[in-house]
Amino acid sequence: MARNLTNRIIIIVLILALGLWIDLSDKIQLVNPINDAVLFEQSITPRLGLDLQGGLQVLLEADLPADAANPGADEMETARSIIENRTNALGVSENLIQLAGERRIVGEFPGAEDTDAILDIIQQTGLLEFVDTGDFRPEEGTILQTDFATGSTDATTPPTDGTEPATVYHTIMTGKELRSVNVGLSPTNQPAIDFVLSPEGATIFAQHTAANVGKILAITLDKRVVSAPGIEGDIPSGQGQITGSFTAESANELAVQLRYGSLPIPLKVVETRIIGPTLGEDSLQKSLVAGMAGITIVMLFMGIYYRLPGITADISILLFAVILFAIFKLIGVTLTLPGIAGIMLSTGSALDANILVFERLKEELRSGRMLRQAFDQAWSRAWPSIRDSNIAALITAGILFWFGSTFGATIVKGFSLTLAIGVLISLFSSLYITRTLLALALEVFKPKNLERWIGI
Amino acid sequence: MNILGKRYLFFGLSLLIIISGLIILVVRGLPLSVDFRGGSLLEVSFTNQSPVPGDIIAVYHETNIKDVQVRTSETGSYIIRSQFLENETRDTLLKALTEKIGALTVIRFDNVGPSIGKQVTSRGTMAVMVSSLLVVLFIAWSFRGVQNALRYGICAILAMIHDVAIIFSITAFGSLLLGWEIDSLFLTALLTVIGFSMQDTIVVFDRIRENSSTYRRLDFETLVNHSIVQTLQRSINTQLMTVEFLLLALILFGGVTLQEFASILLIGLLSGTYSSIFIAAPILVLWENREWKNWFRRPEQTGA
Repeated sequence: MARNLTNRIIIIVLILALGLWIDLSDKIQLVNPINDAVLFEQSITPRLGLDLQGGLQVLLEADLPADAANPGADEMETARSIIENRTNALGVSENLIQLAGERRIVGEFPGAEDTDAILDIIQQTGLLEFVDTGDFRPEEGTILQTDFATGSTDATTPPTDGTEPATVYHTIMTGKELRSVNVGLSPTNQPAIDFVLSPEGATIFAQHTAANVGKILAITLDKRVVSAPGIEGDIPSGQGQITGSFTAESANELAVQLRYGSLPIPLKVVETRIIGPTLGEDSLQKSLVAGMAGITIVMLFMGIYYRLPGITADISILLFAVILFAIFKLIGVTLTLPGIAGIMLSTGSALDANILVFERLKEELRSGRMLRQAFDQAWSRAWPSIRDSNIAALITAGILFWFGSTFGATIVKGFSLTLAIGVLISLFSSLYITRTLLALALEVFKPKNLERWIGI
Repeated sequence: MNILGKRYLFFGLSLLIIISGLIILVVRGLPLSVDFRGGSLLEVSFTNQSPVPGDIIAVYHETNIKDVQVRTSETGSYIIRSQFLENETRDTLLKALTEKIGALTVIRFDNVGPSIGKQVTSRGTMAVMVSSLLVVLFIAWSFRGVQNALRYGICAILAMIHDVAIIFSITAFGSLLLGWEIDSLFLTALLTVIGFSMQDTIVVFDRIRENSSTYRRLDFETLVNHSIVQTLQRSINTQLMTVEFLLLALILFGGVTLQEFASILLIGLLSGTYSSIFIAAPILVLWENREWKNWFRRPEQTGA
């Protein structure tokens, strides 16, 4: 039987209490009893996936030629946080922007109603470029082709003007070099944008302006010309002003976009998914009903078929649910429909382990062993198959998780994560909790009639 | 109970299901969804109007969108598939639909670039291959104590391939009759079944492993049959009762989105149990007896 029964029960009760505490509270807080300082605080409101509450999912990909090297991890991270800042500024709550693989970013906006506004602000890469157009003064709004982000990052001299049919202009520098951006007034009292460059930017700017007096320096945003001033003299200070036909509002918008930063790499939307709020709500309701119905039938079956052991298994399944939910809240698992399926499957796995043990228990009892002996044999003989089969499940879950994270396929990721966690806890539940509870039950009831109590 | 004696009957049954499904797939092509093919899927419901699909296709064509297919769902909404839509095109389209037909609500909109679809397919296949390879290696390692350990791994994989083939076959029937599609949820179901198929086969194999050290004298076929019978109650209880109870509830009460997923999962898991008993273990015996030597001989000689 289980050794140290008292200790085991204490441990289970402690885990149960901890689990219930986490399950029932919205945030956990640890306070230092001496000075009331908050040592640890974490909000643990459960997160529902897009499929359960509706919303928008966008997959963005670095818009570089296929054969170009992947962008650096730093650049991707910067791009990610810029998008986060921009969309937060829109007032969308609870959005989640994550890197997915080496050149993709996945953004999720649960409950988003105005999906157009979000897509617009994400898609504006906000790539500010200072472009050398030589003597050509482009009209405002013209789309210029530049040599930035076409794969060539080296700043060699561009082909001389006029030799190519579609002129590719040279980008002197990008918005990356901006230090600060403010809305100001132009000499003619029009709204304009004042900027200060970083030291490196200032050097480049100073050199270029000194060497190209009288030429045009176009300023483009996402390749669209905002203004195309002539260089009147060298500008060594690293400060400047962008003028154009701005209204106070549009100048401010541009300034915000520039301040949060232009994206270090251009991104394009490669996938959008919009789930209407009614569909999500409907799915959530129905899956909850389905889960409840399924679990009730399963628990009834276990109790009727396996009698006393079945009832202890039922209790340990309930504890399994309490612990699982607490862990999901703690590490912030987003609950999705496939995630619920993953939970159901790991519940099945927990039941399977129990069934394996109980079938073994019956077998050992039928072969004439004493209850105590049969009890120990049941667990030790069932262990190799429980162990090996669960490891196989974990291997698959691991591969799935990798697959899901690389592709921003959040549904696959959610499923594999809940499955993996579920399988691990199911092991604890069937090997530790059920065993302890059954040992306790046998101590308390001291069953004589094995046919009635265990159902052999 | 002699399960192994009827092994060729079970092989035949499985082959029948698999081949008929594969014929449908060959004739109709894989029913790939936008997740893998790339393209867009728009599900809308109109507040007051119920246009015929032709009206919707006309609006799409006016907006210069190609490859349009319209299907109505059970709930009265329209599921419209077409090529990948740029953001602006989508706005124009929704505006056009509202103007030409009437006020609408977007229930679902999936838009997947063609390159993404292709990559998901290839990486998905790779995920399946890598996980099965790892599991074969794991089983071979875990059964290293018994003779021909690698055989167990390979038989587990054959059973898994059987389950995958059954799933594709069932999906082929589903696509023919119910409009099922292979989407990323299908992939999730597929990978789950693979994991479960392994898990279940391992339980049966574990009993063979245990028995082969206990009953050294017994001939292999009897030993395997005995092991199957010993684990039968567990197989039935676990798979048919618990897993199927849970999934059946999901099919009956779960939302429409989950029905296809749950059905495929249910059939796949059923097949996972079936294949452990009726495919994996019999192949193990077939291999041990080298029965293929008798396959092409005259019947009177096979009786030996």
